[in-house]
Amino acid sequence: MSETPAKSAAITGAEIFVRCLQEEGVEVVFGYPGGAVLHIYDALYRQDKIAHILVRHEQGAIHAAEGYAKSSDRCGVALVTSGPGATNAVTGIADAYMDSVPLVVFSGQVPTHLIGNDAFQEVDTVGITRPCVKHNFLVKDVKDLATTIKKAFYVATSGRPGPVLVDIPKDVTAQTAVFEYPKQIKMRSYNPTTRGHSGQIRKALELILSAKKPMLYTGGGVILGRASEALTEFTRKLGYPITNTLMGLGGYPASDRQFVGMLGMHGTYEANMGMHHADVLIAIGVRFDDRVTGNIEKFCPYAKIVHIDVDPASISKNVKVDIPIVGQVEPILREMVREMDNMPDQPDQDTLAGWWRQIEEWRAKDCLKYDRSSPIIKPQYVVQKLWELTGGDAFVTSDVGQHQMWAAQFYGFDKPNRWINSGGLGTMGVGLPFAMGAQFAHPDATVTCVTGEASIQMCIQELSTCLQYHLPIKILNLNNRYLGMVRQWQEFFYQGRYAMSYMDALPDFVKLAESYGHVGMRIEEPGDVEGAIREALALKDRLVFMDFITDQTENVYPMIPAGAGQNEMILL
Amino acid sequence: MRHIISLLLENESGALSRVSGLFSARGYNIESLTVAPTDDPSLSRMTIVTSGSEQIIEQITKQLNKLIDVVRLIDLTPHRHIEREMMLVKVKVTDNTGREEAKRLTDIFRGNIVDVSQETYVIELTGHGSKLDSFLEALQGFPVMEVVRSGVMGIARGEVALHL
Repeated sequence: MSETPAKSAAITGAEIFVRCLQEEGVEVVFGYPGGAVLHIYDALYRQDKIAHILVRHEQGAIHAAEGYAKSSDRCGVALVTSGPGATNAVTGIADAYMDSVPLVVFSGQVPTHLIGNDAFQEVDTVGITRPCVKHNFLVKDVKDLATTIKKAFYVATSGRPGPVLVDIPKDVTAQTAVFEYPKQIKMRSYNPTTRGHSGQIRKALELILSAKKPMLYTGGGVILGRASEALTEFTRKLGYPITNTLMGLGGYPASDRQFVGMLGMHGTYEANMGMHHADVLIAIGVRFDDRVTGNIEKFCPYAKIVHIDVDPASISKNVKVDIPIVGQVEPILREMVREMDNMPDQPDQDTLAGWWRQIEEWRAKDCLKYDRSSPIIKPQYVVQKLWELTGGDAFVTSDVGQHQMWAAQFYGFDKPNRWINSGGLGTMGVGLPFAMGAQFAHPDATVTCVTGEASIQMCIQELSTCLQYHLPIKILNLNNRYLGMVRQWQEFFYQGRYAMSYMDALPDFVKLAESYGHVGMRIEEPGDVEGAIREALALKDRLVFMDFITDQTENVYPMIPAGAGQNEMILL
Repeated sequence: MRHIISLLLENESGALSRVSGLFSARGYNIESLTVAPTDDPSLSRMTIVTSGSEQIIEQITKQLNKLIDVVRLIDLTPHRHIEREMMLVKVKVTDNTGREEAKRLTDIFRGNIVDVSQETYVIELTGHGSKLDSFLEALQGFPVMEVVRSGVMGIARGEVALHL
């Protein structure tokens, strides 16, 4: 606001809202205006500390805020209006909930006296979002607004992070109150565990150091807990093989020899075989998701399991673990590194060497091989070239499907927060808005979006946002004219009955990009892939849409079919 | 196995639906649920009777604890505890024999007749659920017009207590 009111003067709820965000250090809000939030937009208009990014659909706002948070260590913030504004946001909120993204979403609501009246643009936003938020609030009195916002940021960013929604009726934004922002907040019902139990840590270390066939299995909790440095130190000190989940890629450098690739349904042979044969499993910041475990009855049959996680409810939820440690991953790993030298037993190097020989045998299967001499562009080749040409250091977002798996398999992430995808909810359409958020968090970085012709159309309208804010995102559209992952399952499990998986009547993506004011390219020959990516990366200030016409029949390998164990992979 | 879980939760609108929503979303059984404010008006006390394997009960308590509105929680089952349920039964009593028999049964079960009309009694009875079941069985000869049961409340015996 141009004039800062005196401390004791009452200001409107809308102004309080803006002041709270400023106090939280919020720099970017993704949103879309509407009737219920007009007072808030007016207050945003009269200040210049917080940038508001106008998306083209509320789903895009939430995903952009997620991309912003996932690519950085900050909380994402989004603002939508009541009714359809809120319902459009639900997919994004559910996505953030599944992947534990710290997010505060503000929704406008009809005035308090109309709540429950089926008023224009009224929905029970708190009710609709309840199952897919970490917590939500309805603010009924302007005097509670500042404290509620403080609580929202605290809950969203502490413990296991997640989305928090604050529903604000329009009249609350017009009423006045004295602004006071609490410096700290205490909630008697919310005290997330931080430090791990020292006794458990020692017990776990004893088991870890006595392992003959150890395996580290780490996930998104390492990224969210900013623990990749500690994890790297811990893993190198142990000399054990490590695998990452889809959400955990970049938590440990992919180019390191100890990294055996991603695990799970489309993980590497060596990672899944290593898991299956392991005698000690060290699970860190993971939740034993069904895409990782395969058939739970056959999961890690020989392993004693140590599980480190900030969320007690993740412990023994799907798989019974032997030594749980509840707390933040980072300080626990630091303590383990410190304690390790004081332990009486150390890993037996001969046994470990034998285990590594076995793993190298599995690795030698080269499970990610594909036909490199194909006259048709192979999607894997595009991702590999992208990795080469960006030095493995780009921010890469993806949508959901085959291209997502190829991006995860073939772009070796050496750093955390570089890989931004929808793992839990598997939301098609996230790729472009994720990239927008990442580009706002890192204005000078190379941000790329690996997508497919089906996914990209689910939030294609955001190309307009990208033009308005000059976001030089590089989109790699792996266009196989199919819902590739659906087609693959239909080929494998439905005798090739391709029900509704063919993408007919596709737009001309080059013209589409151009009509949005961007650069479009169509690439049809394998020999042109490298040149096109180079050219696109050289266009530093333009969004480039690269439409790669790829092999329609390519499948994602290896694969654990549903119901199978980790040692029952289909290889190419 | 059957478990009785008691919780203290913030006495705020929406808190109840967070708990009941959790049970339906995750497919947990819910046999009964009672809730009312406590002596501290900012807190409600809820008693949930549920059933499931040890692993499911562990998940239920963890997921309940994870709800921001849940302040404290105790699974009463492993503790020595008292559980009580209240029941109101309206029976048709058309003649003197019926009235006498209803009164006699009520006395045996240590209940009270709390409403009398020309042809009806309302009987109030408190106790363990199985006692209430037995009473209903004993009433089989009477036309029962209405049965209202409160659901189970529970409290631990001795020093164990659920408080802030």
